[in-house]
Amino acid sequence: MQRKYVENFLRTLGKPLVKFIISLGELVLFILKAVYHALTPPFYFKNFAKQVLEIGFYSLPVVGLTTIFAGMVIAMQSYSGFGGVGAESMVADVVLISVTRELAPVLSALMVAGRIGAAMAAEIGTMKVTEQLDALVTLSTNPFKYLFAPRLWAGLIVLPFLVLFGDVIGIFGGYVVGIYKLGFNPANYINATLENLQALDITTGVVKAAVFGFLIALMGCYNGYKSKGGAQGVGQATTNAVVSASILILIFNYIITEILFSK
Amino acid sequence: MSDIKISIKDLHKSFGRKKVLDGVDLDIKKGESLVVIGGSGTGKSVLIKCIQGLLTPDSGSIKIDDVETTMAKTNRKKDFHSKMGMLFQGGALFDSLSVWENVAFSLLENTNISREKAKVEAIRVLRQVGLAPDVADLSPSELSGGMQKRVGLARAVITKPEIIFFDEPTTGLDPIMADVINDLIIESAKGLGATTLTITHDMASARKIADRIAMLYHGKIIWQGSVKEMDKTDNPYVVQFVNGCAQGPIKVEV
Repeated sequence: MQRKYVENFLRTLGKPLVKFIISLGELVLFILKAVYHALTPPFYFKNFAKQVLEIGFYSLPVVGLTTIFAGMVIAMQSYSGFGGVGAESMVADVVLISVTRELAPVLSALMVAGRIGAAMAAEIGTMKVTEQLDALVTLSTNPFKYLFAPRLWAGLIVLPFLVLFGDVIGIFGGYVVGIYKLGFNPANYINATLENLQALDITTGVVKAAVFGFLIALMGCYNGYKSKGGAQGVGQATTNAVVSASILILIFNYIITEILFSK
Repeated sequence: MSDIKISIKDLHKSFGRKKVLDGVDLDIKKGESLVVIGGSGTGKSVLIKCIQGLLTPDSGSIKIDDVETTMAKTNRKKDFHSKMGMLFQGGALFDSLSVWENVAFSLLENTNISREKAKVEAIRVLRQVGLAPDVADLSPSELSGGMQKRVGLARAVITKPEIIFFDEPTTGLDPIMADVINDLIIESAKGLGATTLTITHDMASARKIADRIAMLYHGKIIWQGSVKEMDKTDNPYVVQFVNGCAQGPIKVEV
């Protein structure tokens, strides 16, 4: 009797574990295959350019709006935290560091994950369930090279530029609040920002952005590629792409910060 | 050289515990039109996908022109694919591309032909399948089901393949449109001298385009012969399927 309970218990534990290990293995194989095909010719530059436009240019408004309000709120919060004398230079510094190191890369990536990760998963998932991926293969074209490689490259390359744009807008948001709301002197504020500016702040954000961009495209492609069973499957794939990309972004954000800043 | 184009021996394929193909043996001669009939879910599509290398069979052998394909590496598979064309059940047209870009896809991606020339060629093939040149710049989603099938056919034959696969070419079409597609299939296959493999459960279509019919049931080919032989056979499975009776040896799992 007791043995049966133990067996059932192990079975309940084992089944999800085996499933998890299988899907982890599938993901790793997918990554290896995708990276291999992204590095070997033929390259589809037209598809890459299209993705750059889609991921980069059309995300500018979203990233701009996200970062400007992030910069504004940080200026407001840090002022109320520090108060008193010398607040000008402190607020400028806090806005600079938090926007460039954290807020611009993380918030932009999360927004892009919602916008692009979902779109990628939906498009590739629909192609999968309507046999368009099979059709590609029968037309002597590898979906990994034709569809996935351009998306991965575009994610990797475009996100850093988006984040640089977000840095500027976010700092500008801090500036606007600092000058018009908190009554700082514009020249002093700009001086303080420039004095505190360090290369490491910017590179941190850029490195993070590249990793996040790759993760967003990877999750979009992978979940789309794995989707099955019509409209419901594609919907599921879309959700999974956004959720998994968002979680990975937050995890890797910590890992990268740990690597760059732990002394 | 034998006159066998595709030779399948003892092909097995399972998904999990479900055996889909359980020892398929099938030969297709050069220039022949073979139709595989069988109920839904009997593994007809899986068979075609195995031959094309879209799925890897668990065991067994598939030879095309006496060359084993099941063990082929990716770059060799490309050689096989350049010999093949396929008309998908739902058309599987790329909806991010225009109609002519769909038709000319292999030319644009795999040859150095200019876009202008590719478009001219695409329009020529579109005309062969009975579509007017002004369709060329439309998007696939603007076309009716029958027109999408025609575009799919044009895309499958533009490279003049030696082997063409048709996956339920008439499913979802009205009887007249279905017959038009049947005629186009016969025309384009004969025009190219291509070997064709069609899977269908539309008996009218099977009768029209088949040189030979094979029936797939429970993962095996249980009967094959000409249309005439099919009408005379006393194989109870074939009789039941051809006449479309609910009663008989084939049990439908509800």
